Parts: sequence; C-alpha cells; structure tokens
Amino acid sequence: MKRSKAWDAVFLGPSLIALVMVVILPFIQGIGFSLTDWNGVRPVLTYVGFANYQDMFNSVEFLYSFLVTLLYTVVNVALVNVVAFLLALLVTSRIKGRNIYRAGFFIPNLIGGIVLGYTWQFMFNDFFTALGGQLGIQAMQQSLIANKDTVILGMSIVNTWQYAGYIMLIFVAGIQSTSQEVMEAATVDGASYPQRVTRILIPMIANTFTISLFLTITNSFKMFDLNVALTNGGPAMRFMGKIVKSSQLLALTIYNKSITTKELAKGQAMSVVFFLVLVAFSLLQVYLSKRKEVEA
Amino acid sequence: MADSLHLDAVGSKNSNARWKRVLLEVVAIILLLLVLTPFIVVLFNAGKTYDQITLSPVAPPSDWSMVLTNIKAVFNDPTTDFLGAFLDSLTITAISLSVIIFFSSMAAWVLVRNKSKFSKFSFMLFVAAMVVPFQVVMYPMVYFLKGIGDTLGIPVLGTYHGIVFAYLGFGCSLSIFIFHGFIKGVPLALEESAFIDGCSQPGVFFKIIFPLLMPTVMTVAILNGIWIWNDYLLPLLVLGGNGQVQTIPLAVTAFAGAYVKQWNLIMTAALMAMVPIVILFLFAQKYIIKGMVEGAIK
Repeated sequence: MKRSKAWDAVFLGPSLIALVMVVILPFIQGIGFSLTDWNGVRPVLTYVGFANYQDMFNSVEFLYSFLVTLLYTVVNVALVNVVAFLLALLVTSRIKGRNIYRAGFFIPNLIGGIVLGYTWQFMFNDFFTALGGQLGIQAMQQSLIANKDTVILGMSIVNTWQYAGYIMLIFVAGIQSTSQEVMEAATVDGASYPQRVTRILIPMIANTFTISLFLTITNSFKMFDLNVALTNGGPAMRFMGKIVKSSQLLALTIYNKSITTKELAKGQAMSVVFFLVLVAFSLLQVYLSKRKEVEA
Repeated sequence: MADSLHLDAVGSKNSNARWKRVLLEVVAIILLLLVLTPFIVVLFNAGKTYDQITLSPVAPPSDWSMVLTNIKAVFNDPTTDFLGAFLDSLTITAISLSVIIFFSSMAAWVLVRNKSKFSKFSFMLFVAAMVVPFQVVMYPMVYFLKGIGDTLGIPVLGTYHGIVFAYLGFGCSLSIFIFHGFIKGVPLALEESAFIDGCSQPGVFFKIIFPLLMPTVMTVAILNGIWIWNDYLLPLLVLGGNGQVQTIPLAVTAFAGAYVKQWNLIMTAALMAMVPIVILFLFAQKYIIKGMVEGAIK
C-alpha cells in the first residue's frame, strides 16, 4: 500500500470545496459586484467602474463611520490591553486563588455579543442610572450610551469587560514563559517593582504584546454584534452638516447599507475598503514579528 | 515555568510586604465582583415582574420563584420558539464541530504529507482566507448559495446542511492551520510502517494519526464551538431572521425586538442563553482556557 492521489483528493476535497464556495468565489464575485449597480434582485448588471467607490469617499456617512471606527479602535485597544496587562500582573502575583480569578475574569468572553449587548443596554440605561439615583450621584444618572459624546466610551467599556479576560490569559502565558531568575536578580540589585515591570518584564514579553495588540486591533475594527445589540448605531448627531448615527461602526454601516437601503453594490465597495485596511494591519503585524525574530 | 512570578515584594519578609499582599487580595476580590456584576444583575432581574423591574432594577427579587415563572413565559412565548432555537443551536454547533474537526484534520494531513504544487497552493489559500472578513463575502455568499440551491433544486439557505457547509468553509482555515502545525511534528516513519503492513490510507489516518491529534482536536473544538454557539450574522444571513431553523442569538434578538422594554423577560432570555455555556465552562475550564490561548498564539 502507498499514498494515492485519489485518497488525497478525497481527504482534501470537502474543506477545499467549502472554502472555495463560501469564501474564495464570493470574495472574487464581491469585488466584481462593487464595480456594478448590483442590488441583489436586478437580473442584468451594469458596469459602473469606480462610481461606487467615488460615492463612498464623498459620503459623509462613510467618512464619519470610518473615523468613529478608528476612534473606537484606538480607545478600545488602549483600554483592553492596559486592563488585561494589569489583570495579568494581578493573577501572576502571589495572591491566593489565582486560578479562580483567571477563570472569573475570563467568563464574560464566553457570552456572545448579542446577549451581552442587550444585557449592557439594561445595565447602562436602567441599572446604573437607578443606582446613581439611589446613591445620589448625579453623574451616574445619565446613561453613557444615550449621549453621543460618551457612547464610544460605553461600547469600549463593554468590550473591555468582555475581552480583557481573554487578552489577560495571553499575557499570563507570556509572563509564565519568562524566567523568574532574572526578576529575582533585579530585586536583589534593588530594582523597584515598577522598574522590574517596565524595564525587564515588558521587554521580555514584547512578542506577546504584538500578538495581543493585533488581536485587539482586528477585533475592534470588525466589531459588529455588540454594536447592533447595544446601540444599533444610535444616538443620532450632526457631522459636517449631515445627520449621522454617532456609534455606527463600519461593519454595521456595511450591513445597513445593504439591508436597509438595498444598495448592495455600495455596501460591497465599502467592504472591499474594509478588507484592505485589515490586510494592511495583518501585513504590519507580520512585518513587526519578523523584525523581532531577527533581533532575537 | 513558574505558575506565579512573585513579582510583588520578592525577597522581602517584612510586614510591609504582607500588607501589600492583603491589599492585592482585596483588589482582586473587588475586581472579580465587578466583573461578575452584570451576571448578578441579569439573575436578579430575571426574577421580577414588569412593575418590579421598572420600580427597582437594582434590588434582588422579593420572590425568587418569579425566575421560574419568567422562564416558563419565555418558553411558552408564541412569537419566538426558544426551546426550538436552543435545540437548533445545539444541533448546528455539534454537527458543524464534527464536520470541521474531521474534514480539517484530514485536509491538514494531506497538506503536510503531499508536497505537490497544488497542495502548497491550497495551503496558501486556506491561510490567506483567514484575513478575509465576513462582511466582504457575506452578501455574495448568500446570493451564490441561493443560486446553487435554485440550480440543483435543493434548498441551501434556511437549512441545517446549508449552515453546516458555511461553517465548514469559514471554520476550516484556522482549524487546518492549527492541525497542520501539529501534524508537521508527527514522525513520518509511524505511518510508513503502517503502509508497508498493508494498511489503507484512511486506515492509517483514522487508526494512527487521528488518535494522536486529540489534544489539538480539543483546541479546535473549543475555538470553533464558542464562535459558532455565539455567532449572529452568519445564521441571520443563511437561516434568515424568522426562518424554520433558528439559533439562540437569533431568538434573543427576535425576542428583544418583540418585547421592547419588557426587561424582565429579556433578562430571562439572556439568562437562559448564558447558563448552558457557563455550566460547560465550569466543567471544562482547564481545556477551554488552554484552547483559547493556544488558538491565539499559534
């Protein structure tokens, strides 16, 4: 008996066919659709060149959505990583019950964005406001997600609550792979705790930071489920003289473009740009981790 | 590898260090309570009537048996078949996981052992597909699957096999990548001797290779399982928001849409969506945490 090409084809076939049919071909077709007037029902399509892309870059809705997605990404990446790193330091310190804390901080990550979105809508709009009333704290009586200036912060808080426990685990894995002797030697030499963390630990786990940063960047940039269930884009605000939805991130804008207004070709053009930004992030990550490998 | 780094106060044995540790423990407990607060709030408010929840969303319920009353109300709700959605979610997750695990491991094995150009190209295709966000392909995919269904005369959208096929397509890339990394380290001699003994190719894979993959199977199952169980957009597009086959995230959305502001019932629905996965986590904690970390680092 030997390996046969026929069996290889049988083994590889199902995955390859599924990938080609639900990802590769739709991807190519999608780029094609973005150059037409596709609306999902029209039987004959007209080639319109880059008109959809031109429209998009002139559209205030898209511009705002793009900017607010970047803002959310920056706020969220900073918040998630700082919280996750501090939690990782906490659960690798010599406190009792470290494993209970690790599991407890991770639990929110198991719950889907839709269920969390509705839960936190209640938390922000009813629970915190009522609690603020009972405690007599004026600032808490305003819902974070009902105000256009704080809604992005509200979304970041929920995402940090959900995601920081996961990123914490990645930091914990990084911290555990470092040698304890170096830290102890530094202590003997009189390095303070903050010095040990910033001068020794952080440089030693630089690769872990690269992984967690890019995980959170793509996760933030692709945010959809929580966006739908928590705010569904609201509240409305004025931007460059037009009414826009203050918390409508890109993925939701693409979805609404296609579902609500049936402008599928325009939504497709947006999603191609969305894809290109994500590719740029990935290439940057590959470049950065390659460079680190060379240094190390 | 040290489980704890003892970053705090290594080497010092004075009372100052002990106080610092007590302080850290208090901080940890407070943080844990904060993280768990939303779950407690959901539980409290699933035990209230509409009037009670409007009056006080903060206090614990006065009568805990209201939780059961609310659960019954959600289950018997005429607009959303919650029990059906729960069973559908379970079926779809279980079948998709089995399909992904079998076909991805089989494909990964071929991709490792077969050195042809086509094999290398296929592997590149799988890896490249991981960068493609769902938003770019979702509408063309629905259009495409509908077209296939119409051509063949077999419905694809709104069916179990349709969504399982879609999950295989979207799930196989990462799974193949993870299996590929593991199979690379399996010595070729192991399977060669089996081939010489006259074992068939499927025999070699299922009797020799697949049993070795078990730890990796757990990782793949956990990563895909949590994703599929919680996924919203793919079921929404492939199954439709009010089709015959539903999943829990779809049912929760439909429910929240139908009972705007009836937070006691929405919180009960949320509670029911949370409980199964939290129970599963309590039992398989170690594997889940390990699987999630491995999936991210690889």
